[in-house]
Amino acid sequence: MSTEPTQATSRHQKLERNITLMAIATLITVSIGGIVQIAPLFYLDNTIEKVDGMRPYTPLEQAGRDIYVREGCYTCHSQMIRPFRDEVERYGPYSLAAESMYDHPFQWGSKRTGPDLARVGDRYSDEWHVQHLKDPQSVVPESIMPQYSFLAETDLKVADPEGMLTALRRVGVPYTDRDIQMAEADLAAQADPFSNREDLEERYPKTQVRDFDGDPDRLTEMDALVAYLQMLGTLVDVKSAAAQQELAEETGR
Amino acid sequence: MEAVLGRAGLWFVIMFLALAAYVGAQDAGFAAHAVVVGVIAFAFLCVTVMRYDPLARAQSMFRMPPGPSRYDDDVVRWGVIATVFWGMAGFLAGVAIALQMVFPALNIEPWLNFGRLRPLHTSAVIFAFGGNALLATSFYVVQRTCRTTLAFPSLARFVFWGYQLFIVLAASGYLLGVTQSKEYAEPEWYVDIWLTIVWVAYFIVFVGTIVRRHEPHIYVANWFYLAFIITIAMLHIVNNLAIPVSFLGSRSYSAFGGVQDALTQWWYGHNAVGFFLTAGFLAMMYYFVPKQAERPVYSYRLSIIHFWSLIFLYIWAGPHHLHYTALPDWAQTLGMVFSIILWMPSWGGMINGLMTLNGAWDKVRTDPIIRMMVMSLAFYGMSTFEGPVMSIKAVNSLSHYTDWTIGHVHSGALGWNGMITFACVYFLVPRLWGRERMYSMRMINWHFWLATLGIVFYAASMWVAGLTQGLMWREYDANGYLVNSFVDTVAALKPMFAARAFGGILYLAGGVLLTYNVWMTIAGHLRDEAPMTDAKHNRAADRPITAAPAE
Repeated sequence: MSTEPTQATSRHQKLERNITLMAIATLITVSIGGIVQIAPLFYLDNTIEKVDGMRPYTPLEQAGRDIYVREGCYTCHSQMIRPFRDEVERYGPYSLAAESMYDHPFQWGSKRTGPDLARVGDRYSDEWHVQHLKDPQSVVPESIMPQYSFLAETDLKVADPEGMLTALRRVGVPYTDRDIQMAEADLAAQADPFSNREDLEERYPKTQVRDFDGDPDRLTEMDALVAYLQMLGTLVDVKSAAAQQELAEETGR
Repeated sequence: MEAVLGRAGLWFVIMFLALAAYVGAQDAGFAAHAVVVGVIAFAFLCVTVMRYDPLARAQSMFRMPPGPSRYDDDVVRWGVIATVFWGMAGFLAGVAIALQMVFPALNIEPWLNFGRLRPLHTSAVIFAFGGNALLATSFYVVQRTCRTTLAFPSLARFVFWGYQLFIVLAASGYLLGVTQSKEYAEPEWYVDIWLTIVWVAYFIVFVGTIVRRHEPHIYVANWFYLAFIITIAMLHIVNNLAIPVSFLGSRSYSAFGGVQDALTQWWYGHNAVGFFLTAGFLAMMYYFVPKQAERPVYSYRLSIIHFWSLIFLYIWAGPHHLHYTALPDWAQTLGMVFSIILWMPSWGGMINGLMTLNGAWDKVRTDPIIRMMVMSLAFYGMSTFEGPVMSIKAVNSLSHYTDWTIGHVHSGALGWNGMITFACVYFLVPRLWGRERMYSMRMINWHFWLATLGIVFYAASMWVAGLTQGLMWREYDANGYLVNSFVDTVAALKPMFAARAFGGILYLAGGVLLTYNVWMTIAGHLRDEAPMTDAKHNRAADRPITAAPAE
């Protein structure tokens, strides 16, 4: 290497001698990529478009989702079906962007130690889920999933259901005033087979109302988690014409 | 320490009795006297406790040289100890979760289930082990290359102890279920705010020190440290934007949702690798490799080119974590293209590091610290080649969601980050504690081989596991049916998981040697051992061979 500074390296010496210039140049350099890639996602059609059937989570489903997040289920389960023949046959039609539009945070995951859960809803019975969560190896002997029997023994405690929905509304989930007002009542009503379900079903279409954990006397964390699992991927009717159109437009996948 | 505890305890008991007497007093006079006694006991308690300086006690426990030294190295010493401590914690957590995947009965619900331990492992090694290594080395390097002491010494101490508080809050949070479940950004909103405060202080100390430098030029290692500090601040703040449910509760909801949250997260996640684990550690390489090899950096021009291209290109590569997902196709392709281009500046760094050894290659044989550095650069080159390959969409369709990704991450983390950190610790400890050399050079050699072998077991088993998994998922029979149920693939991977755990145990065993070696060096011992090489210089034999004249 020659030791004589060339024109380019001597210009660089200005930066090397001035920490302010160096810091600003660095900040600009590292900002460009993120701005170009992320900013358009907030206005491009196929990333912000709503698909028929999508609705915010009910308070019980959201509470179940919070448990899913708390337990770090994403470390082993994805919620994003890719458009490959084997994945579509194994898990169901591939995931649309709109199907996770109310997910704060997203839980697409990056690793499948266990199967994808994007469309696990309605695939197994509640009893199966409860038994599997309590003792996975009793249902699937080769499974290496941890046991979650404590969920069935822990009463569901949502400190502030209205606050939960309010916080979600602040980040863009369209809960109505009435949804927020009714949050606490909705939470209990969804797991109570004898509740008045019309109001709940009207505000949250396709809501599944029943006792989920096999213990109707208690509202447990198991109720919430199973309610969440049983609705995953069930909202959008992927066979409808509109959804098919949407699938066709998400090109290149 | 016991004496202080005893005295403070005595005053506390008297104060407590006085309080009890006040509460149970029958008349006003007795109550007033109880208050007098209580106040006096409280005053003595305060005096006793205030005279006690726990930090000084701890420093003498770790035999840190007292008084001000030429450079302000107190924080660096603490940083080195923290690096070793958190490293061991992180490796141990890693071995634990690796064993959980072989023996699911090792999951102890709810606090020690895989889903809660795994973020503990990743955060402990990346942010606690790696982060402390970066803190310690950056404070060491910036003082030496700027020929000045740290600006704002007390703020530097705040940075170190504040960062340890962040680690403790984050780690205990995972076990208690306090998590955002965004990979590598799991801590909740209030812990994120605390880290932001600590990070701004770190920036102030680092830049402040550069401002008071006595050298006209800012050395290349400091460019990398600066880029690391600035970019991590940007990534951390944007990715953790969230609305808490209550200011007195841990739960918050991410400001972005769905596809926007996904890309923001992987813009963060990939550049946590790019700037925390790459730029920061390249800074370490740029100071410690030339120092240990006693050779100048190979190419000044290459360092300029690869610095700017590396930090520009890395930011674009995030979408390769989202291939074939609902992220728009153009963003995926952009991510793939930039990931492949990124191969070049990555190798620029590797070449600049390796070629620094020009003329000193014999040291690879004789100096186990140099050998560690060379191995770490080799792994850096290997994993920055593997990364672009895996970012190609066709390859990714097979590798994504499988253990191949896990293996790739570990060849980078164990090989590159781990090895260069160990080398730096071995470089720093004798200098920081004023010892002649490490307690044992042969133990460094053992550490090198244990770690290398551990990585080989780890990476090889994960390659096999990843390919097996990916191919089994997509296997069809002659009639067009899927051959394997999901759980078939889980069962097939068990032997590979066992081999991986074995590799992890080897790596952990190397860490135990590191801890022991550092401990004994700090304690001031020197192991009586045969030198690493005993090929003595034979002056008589060291001469040109001249042909014997013909008879």
